[in-house]
Amino acid sequence: MNTKVQEILEKYPNAGRDSLIPILQQVQEKLGFLSEESVVEVSKHLKLPASKIFGVATFYNQFRFNQPGKYHVQVCRGTACHVLGSATVLSEIEKHLKVKAGQTTKDKLFSIEVVACIGACGLAPVISVNGEFHAKVTAASIAAIFDEYRNREEQI
Amino acid sequence: MNLTVEVNNNIINAKQGDTILDALNQNGMGVPTLCHMKGLFPTGSCRMCVVEVEGRKNLVTACSEPVLDGMKIKTHSARVIESRKTIVELLLSNHPDDCLYCERNGSCELQTLSEDLNIRERRISGNKNNYKLDVSSASIVRDPAKCILCGRCVRVCEEIEGVSAIEFVGRGSKTFIDTAFNHGLNLSTCVNCGQCIMVCPTGALKEQPHIAEIKDMLADPEKTVVVQYAPSISVSLAEEFGFKPGQNIIGKMNAALRRIGFNFVFDTSFSADLTIMEEASELVHRVQTGGTLPMVTSCCPGWVKYAEEFQHDMLPNLSSCKSPQQMMGAIIKSYFAETEGIAPEKIYSVSVMPCTAKKFEQQREEMTQNGISDVDAVLTTRELARLIRLYGIDMQMMEPELADSPLGTRSSAGKIFGASGGVMEAAIRTAHYFITGKEMVKFQVRGVRGLQGRKEAKIKIGDLDVGVAVVSGLKNAEILMEEIRNGRNDIHFIEVMACPGGCINGGGQPIGTDEEALKARMETLYDIDEKDAIKVSHKNPYIKELYDKFLGKPLGHKSHELLHTHYQKREVN
Repeated sequence: MNTKVQEILEKYPNAGRDSLIPILQQVQEKLGFLSEESVVEVSKHLKLPASKIFGVATFYNQFRFNQPGKYHVQVCRGTACHVLGSATVLSEIEKHLKVKAGQTTKDKLFSIEVVACIGACGLAPVISVNGEFHAKVTAASIAAIFDEYRNREEQI
Repeated sequence: MNLTVEVNNNIINAKQGDTILDALNQNGMGVPTLCHMKGLFPTGSCRMCVVEVEGRKNLVTACSEPVLDGMKIKTHSARVIESRKTIVELLLSNHPDDCLYCERNGSCELQTLSEDLNIRERRISGNKNNYKLDVSSASIVRDPAKCILCGRCVRVCEEIEGVSAIEFVGRGSKTFIDTAFNHGLNLSTCVNCGQCIMVCPTGALKEQPHIAEIKDMLADPEKTVVVQYAPSISVSLAEEFGFKPGQNIIGKMNAALRRIGFNFVFDTSFSADLTIMEEASELVHRVQTGGTLPMVTSCCPGWVKYAEEFQHDMLPNLSSCKSPQQMMGAIIKSYFAETEGIAPEKIYSVSVMPCTAKKFEQQREEMTQNGISDVDAVLTTRELARLIRLYGIDMQMMEPELADSPLGTRSSAGKIFGASGGVMEAAIRTAHYFITGKEMVKFQVRGVRGLQGRKEAKIKIGDLDVGVAVVSGLKNAEILMEEIRNGRNDIHFIEVMACPGGCINGGGQPIGTDEEALKARMETLYDIDEKDAIKVSHKNPYIKELYDKFLGKPLGHKSHELLHTHYQKREVN
């Protein structure tokens, strides 16, 4: 039993399936992602099969199923970024970190998320790492960006 | 109220409240469907059934649109045909074109649709998806690459079985059907009933195959290969070979099994009789000693796993009897091995079942003696048909033969196990004798027969008024168990089968099983019961012999060792 999840569920006594999405949103806010354990707890509380909840949660882009890394990398795939080559940027980042979008690196340092538009079209293609924006990213500049974060870690 | 509707310039009559599809079908007309499931609420999502209705701008889905008086419908206008054709072409655009290697080659609805719609060239080519096979389950193999997302498996799993092991996952073109957290089916709530296979239009779902291993064992001179077949096989195998639905081809089947090379051919109906001896004794024991009631049958491995997952507070109510398949397996490797002088490890024991869950049951840890499995491999009815074809056997030409004695001789009570209500009826006949010492005046218990999902009856046994209930389809079981939990106490004995209608509609039966076929199979079983001389399990002379020579008495020490089992709560999600 996860106390954080239980605290959320206590706010929804006798709730039905209509409360599912607000509950999932709050769970994600607290845990950073939807763990299997949390989905099972929600499933027992709402008397909904876990498969149904997983189906709903995978339908929406906002829900994650992996613990985000210490540095959460958002890769913009909006129109402007797309025109300026964000598809290549994404695949290069995936190659560099050796994980796919939606996943977290083994050392738990980085996780990748694809987002639609982060409203910085003038800087396209743009990525955001824990809210820090990196503008006009190219395949060649990726290694340097991530090395910077790795250096920060070493200094701690 | 009667409505008059014009369809393709012909006038037909329809009933108020019916859908266009109902009206068409009742008048011998039809439109193709994919997502439609008879008896379940229409979703209108695949749009194969679209028709043109005069005055309506868009095409209308016949499965979900109520028919109205004076409607003018065109079911095969150029626009309609073009629309249907495009849908199928799009479904084919990312389909792995490997029909020649596909399990469902020849019984695939997608194949039939493209044939019917005269699709003879690839007009739209899309990226093939690369979903992986899920072979994790002991019973069912899933191939999401072949899935066309009609959703029938998801619906049957949720609405008929109340299991919801699978669901649509993801969105848009990336949607596919999977378990919670993309775990394999073995870690899901799946109870292995195989109803998803029965409703799948393509080869996306099939049984875990056992043919290859059996073939090797048949070729191994060291092994004695024995086979048993479930009561319902002889009335469903017929359809695979062009006989009429429900025809009993037990004699031909015995002959074919021997031609294939099985050394001994046994009838699971024999061990169904054995199950009744044990189960009726257990019921009588529980009634007379104040044991846990209502007692619930445990023949159906789909139900057993479901109970372990979702109804574990009811596990004490489950009969401790193993299923007939497992009882036969245990007897083959003990009594039979002893009398024939064959070491149990030299026996390879195959069963032919209408069921995919039996493949899971056979692998359960409890179903072994000294590390040797009671049963080694399980074939579905479909796989048996494939095996018969593989060995080039012409079923039409087979001269009927009898099964081997003694494990091939049954009473008709054992035979009716194949239909929902059959176990109940057989158990009542024997329980009546055990309690009163007299046979029932009339053996038929009509109240528990038929294809309805739930049947209840009151039966007078001596001074006792016994309440019985029979449910098929696990959703119906869930509802009944909830009633029991809420204090209902007029029921003493419950039969549960996972598949609607019982084993004659099992997940291992021929693809394309429809209501007609089910009725025909059921009628044949009851017809056999009508004509047979021995209608009660306790009068089967070989059952008596088995107890005299080997087992002692029902619920005795040896029975407990070989024929009874226990259950465990399962934590799955």
